[in-house]
Amino acid sequence: MAVTVNERSARAIQPFHAVLLAATIPPFLGSLLSDIAYASTYEIQWINFAAWLVAGGMVFTGLALLWGLVDLIRADRRRGRPLIYVLLLLATFVLGLINSFVHARDAWATMPEGLVLSAIVVVLAILATWLGFSSLRVGGIK
Amino acid sequence: MKFSYLSTTMALMALLTACDGDPAAPDYGSNPQLPEQERGLLPSMKIANPAPWGDRQPTVPEGYNITAIATDLGIPRQTLVLPNGDILVAEGRGGSAPALRPKDVIAGFIKAKGTTSVKSGNRLTLLRDGNGDGVYEERTVFADNLNAPYGLALVNGQLYVANQDALVRFSYRDGQTRAEGPPVKVTDLPSEINHHWTKALAASADGRFLYVGIGSNSNITERGLSAEVDRAMVWQVDAQTGAHKPYATGLRNPTALAIQPGSGELWAVVNERDELGPNLVPDYLTSVREGGFYGWPYSYWGQNVDPRVRPQDPQKVASAIPPDYSLGSHVAALGLAFSTPAMGAQFADGVFVGEHGSWNRSVPIGYKVVFVPFRDGAPAGPPIDFVTGFLGEDGNTYGRPVGVTVDPRGALIVADDLSNTVWRITPPQQSPAAEAPPRPSTPTPAGNPPPNYPPS
Repeated sequence: MAVTVNERSARAIQPFHAVLLAATIPPFLGSLLSDIAYASTYEIQWINFAAWLVAGGMVFTGLALLWGLVDLIRADRRRGRPLIYVLLLLATFVLGLINSFVHARDAWATMPEGLVLSAIVVVLAILATWLGFSSLRVGGIK
Repeated sequence: MKFSYLSTTMALMALLTACDGDPAAPDYGSNPQLPEQERGLLPSMKIANPAPWGDRQPTVPEGYNITAIATDLGIPRQTLVLPNGDILVAEGRGGSAPALRPKDVIAGFIKAKGTTSVKSGNRLTLLRDGNGDGVYEERTVFADNLNAPYGLALVNGQLYVANQDALVRFSYRDGQTRAEGPPVKVTDLPSEINHHWTKALAASADGRFLYVGIGSNSNITERGLSAEVDRAMVWQVDAQTGAHKPYATGLRNPTALAIQPGSGELWAVVNERDELGPNLVPDYLTSVREGGFYGWPYSYWGQNVDPRVRPQDPQKVASAIPPDYSLGSHVAALGLAFSTPAMGAQFADGVFVGEHGSWNRSVPIGYKVVFVPFRDGAPAGPPIDFVTGFLGEDGNTYGRPVGVTVDPRGALIVADDLSNTVWRITPPQQSPAAEAPPRPSTPTPAGNPPPNYPPS
């Protein structure tokens, strides 16, 4: 049957962009849980897991950020939610990078900064994803 | 491009570690001032930039002479002067520690820039100067197919070689240029992971015991405490049976061992932990007490607790012995040899220490051979430069000293694992051993000691 599609809602987040964005949450959540496990058990393998999970989360954050920036530049409307979305993703990336360096420290030198940063980064990633999925349809493309 | 990638990395690191500031001069001696612990977002790094020697040579004291007696070796580490004057060179590269974290991948790549790319020799090369003119014209492979040999000792007609995974022996008679067969295993050595793979070796004067230095499996327990079983200690091995016991523990990376002539006491140089700042933690020279605990990983220089280790162990910290003598942080002491009067009056009583040089410091340190003067059997005075010029003023690194060995005829043998050279330094007016000058009084180092040096 014929469907009348509103032009704006047709600009839903591009599927691959969506995959990248959604993929930021699991590794960052995993790093937070691993940090908690290390802090409570002193079992070194958990902090190794956390270091790799932060690195993995950074790959997806970096790519999603790049995509978001390109979208923003090409968008008609660069203010409001699309901008906030990109800024949130940028904050996730910057704090995630600092968290990577903190996780490069040896053994307990990662604590407590590593755990705190992992918690902040996962919250930022969730917020960015939330906003990304709910706002990108308004940023019309030329 | 590898180079631009590297320089970008280094620039990034410089930016991130700028808060470290310019490190002050390090502290030497028996009671070094230890600064506060510090760690930027990334550790300070300055990797050697290798360059060929060309017409250059290392610098030695006035009147002393230096020659390269062997070049193009397969990574020379430690040497041994045999009774007839022949020199054995242990060549090889060990270690196979897997990268555990993203950091290990990146750091491994960067640090490899400052070392040789030559293939590991895994052999012992014998150098001979048949006519005593100081030219080692004969060169043979004494033994081959070893596994990263490092420590060497000859006692009671047995040549002991510490491979990275086992202590082995060859029978040796004077003048031999080739081992008669494959070695006999004395005992296996801890080799799992082998983060610090070098196995230093010394033999007691009576030949009954062998001492093997075994480095830790991490900088500071980042591979877990269970990886540190039988690590960071010196083993005493019974030469007859191969039975061993820990002789001293808490020595992070004892890279060279030597028996003090006269007292028979065991001495060691030890490389301490990184990432606590440019002037922490001092690498040290110490006599090794039987049953002594020297701090690693729980504390350093006595009771200075390292907060990176969990769980902590206050009882172990309380029992930690401070070492005898600070050589300075990050110098990476890898060679140790007691001197003889044949080395000249100023260098007659004391030890030579080969310093491979730093990587974990924005201003490089080490990259030389120093002499630590002794009085009454203990270090007395600041270290004196003996061989320098490995790190050029142009920023290039021409060589990196490892093992040092004193030839009782009056020469210092230095293995250089960057230019794959063995250097020989001789005192002025070299005289035969029989005419060695009498033991002089304690030498006074030229110039004033650094202000930090505590009066003894």
